[in-house]
Amino acid sequence: MAAAVVSKSHTDFRGRTSARCLTEPWPIRLTLILGTVLFLGLFLVLPLAAVFGQALAKGWGAYWSALREPDTLSSIWLTLLTTAICVPIGTVFGLTAAWCLGKFDFRGRKLFLAMLDLPLSVSPVVAGLMFILVFGQHGWLGGWLEAHGVRIIFGVPGVVLVTLFVTAPYVARELIPLMHAQGTEAEEAAQVLGASGWQTFWRVTLPQVKWGLLYGIILCNARAMGEFGAVSVVSGHIRGKTNTMPLQVEILYNEYDFVGAFATASVLAGLALVTLVLKTILEHKAAHEMALAQASGPETAEIGTSEQTSAVYGDPASRPMRG
Amino acid sequence: MQRVLPGFGLTLGLTLLYWSLIVFLPVAALVVRAAGIPWEQIVRTMTDPRVLAALGLSFGGAALAAGLDTMFGLLVAWALVRYRFPGRRLLDAMIDLPFALPTAVSGIALTSLYGPNGWIGRWLEPLGIHVAYSRLGVVIALMFIGLPFVVRTLQPALEDLDPELEEAAASLGAGRWATWQRVILPTLRPALLTGFTLAFARAVGEYGTIVFISGNLPMKTEIAPFLIVVKLEQYDYAGAAAIAVVMLAVALLVLTAIHRLQTSYSFLRG
Amino acid sequence: MSIEVRHMSKTFGRFRVLRDVSLRVETGELVALLGPSGSGKTTLLRIIAGLEQPDAGSGPILFHDEDVADQRVGDRRVGFVFQHYALFRHMTVFENVAFGLRVRPRRLRPSPRQIREKVEQLLHLVQLDFLADRYPHQLSGGQRQRVALARALAMEPKVLLLDEPFGSLDAKVRQELRGWLRRLHDEIRLTSVFVTHDQEEALELADRVVVMNEGRIEQIGSPDEVFHQPKTEFVISFLGQVNRFHGRLERGKVHFASLQWETPEWEQAEACPAHVFIRPHDLQVAASSNGQPALSACVQHIHSAGPKVRLELATDGGQKLLAEITQEQYRTEPLTVGSRVFLTPQNIKVFPYPSDST
Repeated sequence: MAAAVVSKSHTDFRGRTSARCLTEPWPIRLTLILGTVLFLGLFLVLPLAAVFGQALAKGWGAYWSALREPDTLSSIWLTLLTTAICVPIGTVFGLTAAWCLGKFDFRGRKLFLAMLDLPLSVSPVVAGLMFILVFGQHGWLGGWLEAHGVRIIFGVPGVVLVTLFVTAPYVARELIPLMHAQGTEAEEAAQVLGASGWQTFWRVTLPQVKWGLLYGIILCNARAMGEFGAVSVVSGHIRGKTNTMPLQVEILYNEYDFVGAFATASVLAGLALVTLVLKTILEHKAAHEMALAQASGPETAEIGTSEQTSAVYGDPASRPMRG
Repeated sequence: MQRVLPGFGLTLGLTLLYWSLIVFLPVAALVVRAAGIPWEQIVRTMTDPRVLAALGLSFGGAALAAGLDTMFGLLVAWALVRYRFPGRRLLDAMIDLPFALPTAVSGIALTSLYGPNGWIGRWLEPLGIHVAYSRLGVVIALMFIGLPFVVRTLQPALEDLDPELEEAAASLGAGRWATWQRVILPTLRPALLTGFTLAFARAVGEYGTIVFISGNLPMKTEIAPFLIVVKLEQYDYAGAAAIAVVMLAVALLVLTAIHRLQTSYSFLRG
Repeated sequence: MSIEVRHMSKTFGRFRVLRDVSLRVETGELVALLGPSGSGKTTLLRIIAGLEQPDAGSGPILFHDEDVADQRVGDRRVGFVFQHYALFRHMTVFENVAFGLRVRPRRLRPSPRQIREKVEQLLHLVQLDFLADRYPHQLSGGQRQRVALARALAMEPKVLLLDEPFGSLDAKVRQELRGWLRRLHDEIRLTSVFVTHDQEEALELADRVVVMNEGRIEQIGSPDEVFHQPKTEFVISFLGQVNRFHGRLERGKVHFASLQWETPEWEQAEACPAHVFIRPHDLQVAASSNGQPALSACVQHIHSAGPKVRLELATDGGQKLLAEITQEQYRTEPLTVGSRVFLTPQNIKVFPYPSDST
């Protein structure tokens, strides 16, 4: 725990110096705090409250019956289905990406890392359009697939595919920095001790990144459930068939069924709140994993061996404490 | 990094296969499709006043929103990092709300809030301020989704700020304001720039939050992603691809910029 | 179990880390690979373990005269103690030590009871039985080191390899662990190789020392041999402090500074330039000249806090020298900063070099 203790005392020290000695006069401090609270209250909390307020505007009865509409139920089902397909796939391929990009160095690694965020930088609508260009009627594969009776665009497979696109980076981008910082020493130790590749992965690597992995999965899950733009382009908006929850929200809203729209939205908002809670907890744990990795990882470790001269004997002060 | 660990070939192969199918193939499809469009048709599409207006609003609105986010984000990050007050941790957790909330939900929530009868709109309407179905609404919605990017970039930078810097400035006789202006702000510049770029990148492509609040009036409040959807509905794939490839190019550019910024940023910190 | 490597080379990119290294370690020996960082010593150790692949064209890696070069790292049965221990931080001490037994294929795996007994026995051996349920981060550096050793021994290795085993410990713990490791080795007599950059550690602990520099082996020998009969300039400069002079070798005599010295071992050599090395304790220091030829120098610093008194000196030509005298001599001789002293070498080491290089 040495590392954690060291860093903690550091923040204490820092907190003391910045909070007591060097800070703004209290009226400015108060103004800044009030400004922040007011801004975040109006800007973030109020819209969230509006969702629940509007959903319950006509009472609980209307809320429940809105949620029990068959089309809404089917949209909930489709969202769950999409998520159930996309999150495991995203997790598995996030892990494979993290293993080869986080534990190995090879030519092209940097380029791949730079491309990793591409699905998050492209407009969701553009992402949807790309899939139409591949799988649509006049797309690269669309004609051939159509001839074989497979329909992707304006169907559930299209929804799943674009969701895979927009969620592809989440797990990998959480794990790669973590695995990179942890280095390969523990895995090498497991190998020397006779563990097979799988045993090394399951017993050594995975337990050391579990919080970071969960964090990535939570983000992946949130995006999979909530994706709107990309799904909207490829789903075809067939009621009761290809509408996910966000699409159902849009349809109900455009039909002025506000209670229905906000009731469905409130379920999604509830999920978002759960996501936030989990994220806050996991962020903490994942940060701890990262701190441990950085405290005992290969980067900092180098310092320990740098002193070299034969005349210099072990001088305790010159050796960094390692956690 | 040793090759003695097993599984490199397997995982790299699987990863490349997956990314090729799910990401690179669609991107290639767009690029190839756009490359196949006759030049004059691209020019015609891109000089169409409606397209120009939509691109203008998407880029201009995103830049304005990201700028405002940077200002407000600095305030929020400063207060959350430097001060202790009741509810701080709750607010800190709430920062990610725009990220966790599905865009369609944020869209209808903001629209109902700022609509003429909304909780906020009803106070602004009598003053002649129309948020919903106006460009102001677009900017507010873009701000909403961009804010977490700025705050989450600034927070670690503020936490990393060496207290000795401020102490040194104070010991040299600088007042609090001078220290802020001449020491803290310049140190934060890379983080501010990164936060701005991330918020801008997210806002340029945003669709779900905007379609509800903007009203999608051609030439006025129509954004570029919406125009792509319109073109798709008219089966004008070439037009859609032309606009999309411009947006893809911008996304790649921004990606490179962020990469550069983060490299120089870590260099500054290291 | 003996270890032998022949003609090992290893290149990382453009950097040649090992250049045609051959080495044999006899059964039951404790051998130190000693050298500065970048000398290739860790790479050599990792190649023996199978954690690194040697370049194509390298010779075999023999364990007990059987080539293991094609064996996977886990099949070589080597105990490897990593520089930073590489303990699994999500496992207790007990689980760490048991790991190597638990990952065996089912038919070779001992029963849970056998595993428990084995682990307890090993923890007893490294004197850590009372810490079995702790996690690595709750241990001190020295304790982690011993857990790593117990973990390596649990798989009943044929050889034990240690990478900078005391590298990240503070001076006092180092000293204790060093003695402890030596006793442990005497007890279990496992063929062992350890890497270190600390010459004191290598000389004190090892049966034989392999001095490495820039990917080559400079000298192999007992601690006494490498210290007293260094074969190369690198070895003499790396093992402790030394004064170096430029001189000239001619007809069995070396001339350096204002002195000359009989060098019967170079009797046959043709006249050539040479480097002359003198250890600080081989310079006799006198406050007054006794008429014999001596180097005259001026005292610049005196470090008297220690078992010996170390003098920093400067000759009239401006060359800096180090000399060591006993505390008794320091108390009897009138030495202060600025005193003029006369230095007489007691023992020197000469390395001729071709005149076209320096």
